[in-house]
Amino acid sequence: MMKNASESRQSPAFYALMVALVIMSVGPIILMLTTSLKLNVDVMSDTSSLLFTPTLKNYETVLCDVLWYAPEHVDYCNPTFSRALGNSIFIALVSTAITLILGCMAAYALVRFKFMGRGAISLTTLMMRMVPPAVLLVPVFGIWTFSYGLDGTFTGIILVYVAMNLPFVIWILQSFIVQVPIQLEEAAKMDGANPLQIFFLVVLPVIKPGLAAAAIFTFRIAWNEFLLANALLDRNTRTVPVTIVNSLTEYDIDWGVIMATGMLLAIPPIIFTFIASKQIITGMTAGAVKG
Amino acid sequence: MKSANLNKMTPYFFIAPAGVVLALGLLYPIAYMVYASFLDWNPSQLIGEADWVGFKNYSNLWVDEAFKESMWVTLKFAFIVVSIEIVIGLGLALLLDRNIRGISALRTIFILPMMIAPIVVGLMWRYMYHPSVGIFNRTLKDLGFESIPWLSDSTWSLVSIIIADVWQWTPFIFILCLAALQSLPRSTLEAARIDGANAWQQALYIKIPLMMPVLIVTLLLRLIDAFKVLEVILVMTNGGPGLSTEIMALRISRTASEFRELGAAAAMSNYLLMMLLLLTISMFLYNKFVEQRRQKMLALAEGG
Repeated sequence: MMKNASESRQSPAFYALMVALVIMSVGPIILMLTTSLKLNVDVMSDTSSLLFTPTLKNYETVLCDVLWYAPEHVDYCNPTFSRALGNSIFIALVSTAITLILGCMAAYALVRFKFMGRGAISLTTLMMRMVPPAVLLVPVFGIWTFSYGLDGTFTGIILVYVAMNLPFVIWILQSFIVQVPIQLEEAAKMDGANPLQIFFLVVLPVIKPGLAAAAIFTFRIAWNEFLLANALLDRNTRTVPVTIVNSLTEYDIDWGVIMATGMLLAIPPIIFTFIASKQIITGMTAGAVKG
Repeated sequence: MKSANLNKMTPYFFIAPAGVVLALGLLYPIAYMVYASFLDWNPSQLIGEADWVGFKNYSNLWVDEAFKESMWVTLKFAFIVVSIEIVIGLGLALLLDRNIRGISALRTIFILPMMIAPIVVGLMWRYMYHPSVGIFNRTLKDLGFESIPWLSDSTWSLVSIIIADVWQWTPFIFILCLAALQSLPRSTLEAARIDGANAWQQALYIKIPLMMPVLIVTLLLRLIDAFKVLEVILVMTNGGPGLSTEIMALRISRTASEFRELGAAAAMSNYLLMMLLLLTISMFLYNKFVEQRRQKMLALAEGG
């Protein structure tokens, strides 16, 4: 009650400022959403942009291949997008799972068996954060095509994403594992658990929040990445960001359809933001505040 | 005996998979890039067939006007966006660092622009900047003003990409600054208030100096990220008109895929990497310096 009293004494100007900030940051997203619900006629018309009949036709056009019915307005169903959506989901989920498993194991060993100092890990993480995907473009293209023979395959792109995300994941999980009391593990050892059992049954459940943060960050990068996907993947394995950019190069842009595509690409990160904003902020601030 | 052996092997067993993936997927490519930057190599050749040209790729870039232009655009872009974002982000954090209901909701909403795919961010802004259907020119027209060539004029296009980046990344600085402000020692702030410092003085002489370590790290992190921006600009302008928004990351990708000069692209990547390395090392050294100073202070405090 006390707290509420002191909260409500703020001047209305602050609330006005906050409303303005919210409008500014969500406005473009809302605009994308409304455009995705408009037909191209409405997008192009001169009348007010708020007066239109919302329609799901754009989404039907985009998803025509996976819908259980054939939308009437679609003459020719282009399967590119639904295929890309499937590819994106598969690549992002598999990369996230592999990164988490490998990252967890490495972080645990680094903390418990005192492999390297935390300074060394921080430095590596920082170094890796520095490498732009554009810098990896040439070597990854060369190696994946000529040495590994992985161009155009899911394995190839997943390998890059896992490698790109591992340093950050190891680093963030480390800071959570450090906080797991060693007594907990010793007690388990007394009861006759082997290292693997200790890891899976004792440590993992305790560091769940860290896992959530790491998972979201990894998923986001694998889901959103364009440059390397564009260089490595072929027609059948392309992800959504690549198809969006490809359809943009055409002269006549159908804004409704492309915004529907963009919306579908934006929805998973938006959902994550609302269900796990605390973990995301933890992940974000840990980098700067702890150093 | 067997179990003792197993225990000794455990750490290696736990680290090995991650190590292998990092070596194959990150370290080898980077080493490969350094090697490729000394070759005259195009994508239709095997790397073994490419000619060794020494430092020619590097020296060529110094007389390459387009490359120098892109370097200049990158520097300009990075420094302008980071300065604007620091000022707005820090200002908002200082202003909103109080018990307002809904601040955590505001933070959640603020993360959205950073979570959404850069491609989609570029798409949204390209639509808003659209000469006839975009919201900006529509509003200007409704108010009776001239429309602005947001993406088709070389001065405006740089302004446009800066606005989009500020929209996307100011929240990052705001959130970090807010976290830093909320972890400041309450007693110091209390003391300043009792001594009669007004809000301005508190911010200028107490809060900002105390936040300095976080601010510097935030600034460097943002600077590193600003050098890496690619997708948003690619979708909005694709570097144009002319070379006015062609930042280095974009130049690298075009050199590799359009001009098919992989050696030159690798040399450019190395230049970019060296710039980023410089920033990263200065950040690391700064962290070390702060840490040492803190420990010295602690030692002094204990000794006294």
